[in-house]
Amino acid sequence: MARVVVDVMPKPEILDPQGKAVLGALPRLGFDGVTEVRQGKRFELEIDGDLTEDRLAEVNAMAETLLSNPVIEDYAVRVIQESGQESGQ
Amino acid sequence: MPDVRTHLDTVTAAEQDPDREQPWADLGLKADEYARIREILGRRPTSSELAMYSVMWSEHCSYKSTKVHLKQFSDIPQETPVGKMLAGIGENAGVLDVGQGYAVTFKVESHNHPSFVEPYQGAATGVGGIVRDILAMGARPVAVMDPLRFGPLDAPDTQRVLPGIVAGVGGYGNCLGLPNIGGEAVFDETYLGNPLVNALCVGVLRHEDLHLAKASGVGNQVILYGARTGGDGIGGVSVLASETFDADGPAKRPSVQVGDPFMEKLLIECTLEIFAAGLVAGIQDLGGAGLSCATSELASAGDGGMHVELDRVPLRDSTLAPEEILMSESQERMMAVVEPGDVEAFMAICAKWDVEAVVVGEVTDGDRLLIDWHGECVVDVPPRSVAHDGPTYNRPFARPAWQDALQADGAESLPRPTTGAELRATVLRLAASPNLCDKSWITDQYDRYVQGNTVLAQPSDSGMIRIDDETNLGVAVSTDCNGRFAKLDPYAGARLALAESYRNVATGGARPLAISDCLNFGSPEDPDVMWQFAEACRGLKDGCLELGIPVTGGNVSLYNQTGDTAILPTPVVAVLGVIEDVTQRTPTGFQAAGDKVFLLGETREELSGSEWAHVVHGHLGGLPPAVDLAAEQALAELLVDGVGLLTSAHDLSDGGLAQALVESALRHDIGVSVRLAGDAFVGLFSESAGRVVVTVAPTDGDALGALASRYGVALTELGVTGGGSVTVEDQFDLPLVEARAVWSATLPAAFA
Repeated sequence: MARVVVDVMPKPEILDPQGKAVLGALPRLGFDGVTEVRQGKRFELEIDGDLTEDRLAEVNAMAETLLSNPVIEDYAVRVIQESGQESGQ
Repeated sequence: MPDVRTHLDTVTAAEQDPDREQPWADLGLKADEYARIREILGRRPTSSELAMYSVMWSEHCSYKSTKVHLKQFSDIPQETPVGKMLAGIGENAGVLDVGQGYAVTFKVESHNHPSFVEPYQGAATGVGGIVRDILAMGARPVAVMDPLRFGPLDAPDTQRVLPGIVAGVGGYGNCLGLPNIGGEAVFDETYLGNPLVNALCVGVLRHEDLHLAKASGVGNQVILYGARTGGDGIGGVSVLASETFDADGPAKRPSVQVGDPFMEKLLIECTLEIFAAGLVAGIQDLGGAGLSCATSELASAGDGGMHVELDRVPLRDSTLAPEEILMSESQERMMAVVEPGDVEAFMAICAKWDVEAVVVGEVTDGDRLLIDWHGECVVDVPPRSVAHDGPTYNRPFARPAWQDALQADGAESLPRPTTGAELRATVLRLAASPNLCDKSWITDQYDRYVQGNTVLAQPSDSGMIRIDDETNLGVAVSTDCNGRFAKLDPYAGARLALAESYRNVATGGARPLAISDCLNFGSPEDPDVMWQFAEACRGLKDGCLELGIPVTGGNVSLYNQTGDTAILPTPVVAVLGVIEDVTQRTPTGFQAAGDKVFLLGETREELSGSEWAHVVHGHLGGLPPAVDLAAEQALAELLVDGVGLLTSAHDLSDGGLAQALVESALRHDIGVSVRLAGDAFVGLFSESAGRVVVTVAPTDGDALGALASRYGVALTELGVTGGGSVTVEDQFDLPLVEARAVWSATLPAAFA
């Protein structure tokens, strides 16, 4: 078993209306000093069996085709080992 | 882009370094166009100027291949059946007088290519763009409509684009609180890889509130307001819409614009309050080509020049270069020209609505558009040369070599159903086919009734909205185009689109006043396609002259093709009509059992290009149905006059009488029994134009007869409403439960 995390973020040049709304709400709630907010999403995938190169390539394909919209979003795949340590990919 | 602060390309630099290599070809310019820019300026353009010229001279913005043909629409008298146009072609949208001091503006535009790249955002920003066009006329947007075209229902790419496009149209429009009152969803294999997303918006204003886009009055301030400018859609619409897609993977796709409908809603309310306060001397929305378009068009339409300090533009991304700021197609932005004394009041209203606004320049007494970047001049051009004096192409066009063979291959000789059982099976098969099936899976995702003024919406023939809740004055709009007819004969096809849209407005009881068109075609570099375009324009112009209604404006979308395969020529025609009292209208669909059912208009053996030939035989050939616009006009007059007498009316078009009966019966689950004189197959499936199925109360048959003879419209008694099935005497009996099951299953089965 291994846990893989896929982080999906709107591409830097793409407007992020949700992040903008959060940025607008923060000062209204008394939180000052935030100059930029970008909102993304995080997927946690539990992978059965050994996390081979092939399996990892498959996770990348999942991220490319379903978890993110590559036209307007970037994604990053991270592996969290059974011990809980992270390693970037 | 190189680092702008060290490599800023100024006018001075352009003069000192005249021979620098410039990426004009990558920006879509041709060698002669680049040479022409150098000639206009008397030097090489700066990179900012090159950016502006390249987007403004793109096909999408300059209409360079089509303006020689579009010009003829200006020959049509700028007058509707009820009065003069208040603004015509050339403005953001045409404005019509509809009486009681009200005016209405409407326009249909395409957002095809962006919607292929990113379906949700492409469609959403298509709605946003047309709404701002209407807003820029001083009108409050009151309704939207979306004519859509897709590849085959079962194609994987349709599975990708359709849900996204529909969700995008719904998401943006619903967030704005605008009812979506109609449109089309048509499937054909030629739209695979080239879906069409056309978006229409209707706006209402009082006569005195009309505003035109121009920058005049020396010293007047130029204010950019709305969303911040980011790197989205740089060259998006303009470059995208001007070149055919090649086989590049996702990585090479240009960045797309993302819409923010809540920002747009603030922009609408803010702009309308600014109009009401009388603070606007000129105004322009920012759409395709962004600031390049707004600054050059405003300055060009005014009487002086303009000076802009580009570094004042509020940015979402501080690393943007001046070229990118000029080309950015960030959404939800407007530009206003305001007298200096009004700036403070203008800013106060923007602040109230939480809309960022910045004075970015002023109107000058020169005749140049000057743009500075941190004090250095990066653009110094005659604005007209950017906005209006773009290249004009007389593209070669010729009747395609295959046209004769296509027209000779009529559908009239195809094998037909003969028995009652075969006819029944054909009615069911057609009712379940993608083009004729129930579209509520799509339209249920749109809010059709928000604001409480929607009188008719899908599945009615037209969308109708009330514009005054005291007098009940209203307008009706329909959009139509049968691309197969246009392929068989583009001249006739455009006239048929016009006739159908005109008829659909009249079936509800509204008087058709004017059209807007969205002309979707393949590559203008193909003489076959250019011929289709020229023929369609000629057909529309002749048709509008015959019907006495003007073209108020519209949009052209070219390069809708994959490889050598162009889409079906698709000149979508939107007709707008006025109705004095929306409570006195004619509904679509049978309302009560026992009503007499009649057919208005004549049925001929016209099956070529029909839905029957398409669905059953996969056949396209022959000549489209004949168009008789004088007959259409008489029919429309009858329908308008017949409000109150007619208990229902439904236009006959795709699928012929068979489909019209099925739809009319399914509307309120009231069946119908008809007797067909002559060939039952032809009677059911011919798609002859100029026909409407109507019902009247049992005692009103003679009154309808008198009305029909007064207008010279052929009248055939078909039968009577009632029961639980569609019955054709001596042929078949089709229970409505069975018809509804297949009719409503198609889209949910494909997408749910």
